[in-house]
Amino acid sequence: MSGHSTYEPSIGLTRWLDARLPIIRLLHDAGVSYPVPRNLNYMWTFGGILSMMLAVQIITGIVLAMHYTPEASMAFSSVEHIMRDVNYGWMLRYLHANGASMFFIAVYTHMFRGLYYGSYKAPREVLWILGVIIFLLMMATGFMGYVLPWGQMSFWGATVITNLFSAIPVVGSAVTNWLWGGYSVDNPTLNRFFSLHYLLPFMIAAVVILHIWALHVVGQNNPSGVEVKDFDKDTVPFTPYATVKDGFAIVVFLIFFSWFAFYVPNYLGHPDNYIPANPLVTPAHIVPEWYYLPFYAILRAIPSKLGGVIAMFSAIIVLAFLPWLDTSKVKAATFRPIYRMFFWVFVLVSLGLGYIGSQAPTDGTTLVGRLFTIYYFAHFLVVLPLLGLFEKTKPLPASIADAVLAKNAATGRA
Amino acid sequence: MLKLKTTFLAAVGVSAMLLGQALAQEAAHHNAVPERQNWTFAGPFGTFDKAQLQRGYRIYREVCSNCHSMKYIAFRNLADEGGPSFTEAQVKALAAEYKVKDGPNDSGEMFDRPGRPSDYFPMPFPNEQMARMANGGGLPPDMSVLAKARTYHRFDYFPMDVLSAIWDLVTQYHEQGPDYIVGILNGYEQAPKDFKLDGANYNKMMPGNKIAMAAPLSDGQVDYTDGTPKTLPQYSKDVAAFLMWAAEPKLEERKKTGFRAMLFLLVFAGFVGFLKKRIWSNVAH
Repeated sequence: MSGHSTYEPSIGLTRWLDARLPIIRLLHDAGVSYPVPRNLNYMWTFGGILSMMLAVQIITGIVLAMHYTPEASMAFSSVEHIMRDVNYGWMLRYLHANGASMFFIAVYTHMFRGLYYGSYKAPREVLWILGVIIFLLMMATGFMGYVLPWGQMSFWGATVITNLFSAIPVVGSAVTNWLWGGYSVDNPTLNRFFSLHYLLPFMIAAVVILHIWALHVVGQNNPSGVEVKDFDKDTVPFTPYATVKDGFAIVVFLIFFSWFAFYVPNYLGHPDNYIPANPLVTPAHIVPEWYYLPFYAILRAIPSKLGGVIAMFSAIIVLAFLPWLDTSKVKAATFRPIYRMFFWVFVLVSLGLGYIGSQAPTDGTTLVGRLFTIYYFAHFLVVLPLLGLFEKTKPLPASIADAVLAKNAATGRA
Repeated sequence: MLKLKTTFLAAVGVSAMLLGQALAQEAAHHNAVPERQNWTFAGPFGTFDKAQLQRGYRIYREVCSNCHSMKYIAFRNLADEGGPSFTEAQVKALAAEYKVKDGPNDSGEMFDRPGRPSDYFPMPFPNEQMARMANGGGLPPDMSVLAKARTYHRFDYFPMDVLSAIWDLVTQYHEQGPDYIVGILNGYEQAPKDFKLDGANYNKMMPGNKIAMAAPLSDGQVDYTDGTPKTLPQYSKDVAAFLMWAAEPKLEERKKTGFRAMLFLLVFAGFVGFLKKRIWSNVAH
């Protein structure tokens, strides 16, 4: 995809700038003339949606930070001050809290798209790994952000998760006290979480730039899984085609976002977080935000504390090895009928793990959680390596253009 | 292929049933589920009933405020748009009925003065310890966001809890807090024989059925001057509506803004969607 730049500055000013800092050339090459496969479906619009959500979170977050106080005795009150007295504070707060959920809905859709179409396979391994890094940074950012209102769930969720570090052999306890800034989650913890919560989104932005750079070097995958062979036949320029399609998807996504932010803003939250944090009262059920639930289920499935921590982190780290675990040479599940079945089972298992994570740990939920955890790892460590060796795949189209022509012939389109 | 698909779907179906069974074992609730009330502020075009909020404030002030603080509400909020909409004069009068400690003055002394609209609702107790002592060891929670801090589960078991959650999202059911509060206030009854109360009160809505607070409201307790029935269920509803306003004073503005945002986005989506189709019409894809 890194071909010759087609940008030709026509007026004096742009020629002058191009000779000194070719930023317009960069934007033109990346966003105007950049070739994208012509057969991309709407599953490819989530990258644009995610970029927009990162901007929304940063902008609402920076304004919220002007009114928020990161001190244990004042944090909860400062959030109520934002909700009641700050002009449009209620909107900023609800956009930011629901925006985080929207960010995760978009990122999970984006990741499952990658899983289905084999977007992690060569030559996109680095692109995929950068994505895993972004995901980890997002999880850290979201976790710290949820602590800031200093409600019951903020405090106790922080207590549960930071306590996990004490499972590390030898140094665990010392590391945890160092993280806390004391002997339990308290004001020092809140203060530093605020600092890091402000910092991490900018690290996310930096890794996103690398992610987009890595993407532009190799080009997008596409629903057929067949790489671009002829630029004229297989691709269209990013502008206006992908620009308007991404734009449309973003507007539809904003409608979905607005449903939550304006009409049911506390739907995805937990009512206990409207109770100010009390170190002396433990909530009946400590649960993280919904986007952590599958990993929470995996954590609780393993009977040992250290084992649970290792399993939980491994559940994310295993994603980084996906390009090498999946041995199939065929990318898209469209042409891998057996893999397609396993993919949907994996989706159900992930949703199931999420459900288990939301429930109290009883005999029934623990058993089911363990079965699902075993399946989750088996999908990556057993199914994917073996499937590539034995699966009989469907014949691939010769090119993207052929795939498009075949599809249009089937639907009777010109 | 068909046999494989059928087997696979059957496996998914059986697993779902087994999951449901495994989880239903632990489903038994011992507390009742609150009734869904009709709220004027429910739904996308919901608004508060000002008269109801004023009655609710009266109940809060005459009954609840003796033990429960509401520290994030100031008297001036009673005159805000989207709330009980008392007049400025009424708010001044309501505030002035309280004596507030202020100071230090230039002599270094604390002094009492009548309340002002800018003052926040006064705390019933000077500290937590006194609040507990006056309430049998229990701490009456602050009521500023109580309506958002409470909920209930209609179904505790899979798949009804998931299906009802999806239905609640689609129908915008967001009044779990007020429904629960009405349930609690109306839920006091005689404990069943052999039930160990240990000084608490029996309430059929309370998880565990034991609540430290004695029934705070009863028929005829609060005087309504607008002809509204002076019954317990009416009081419960009015005070729950007031608590919802206290928790979400911007509710009306939020829903109004939401409507405008949705309308704009729907129209904009229409335009951009049309533009997308137009632009893509001349390339094979």
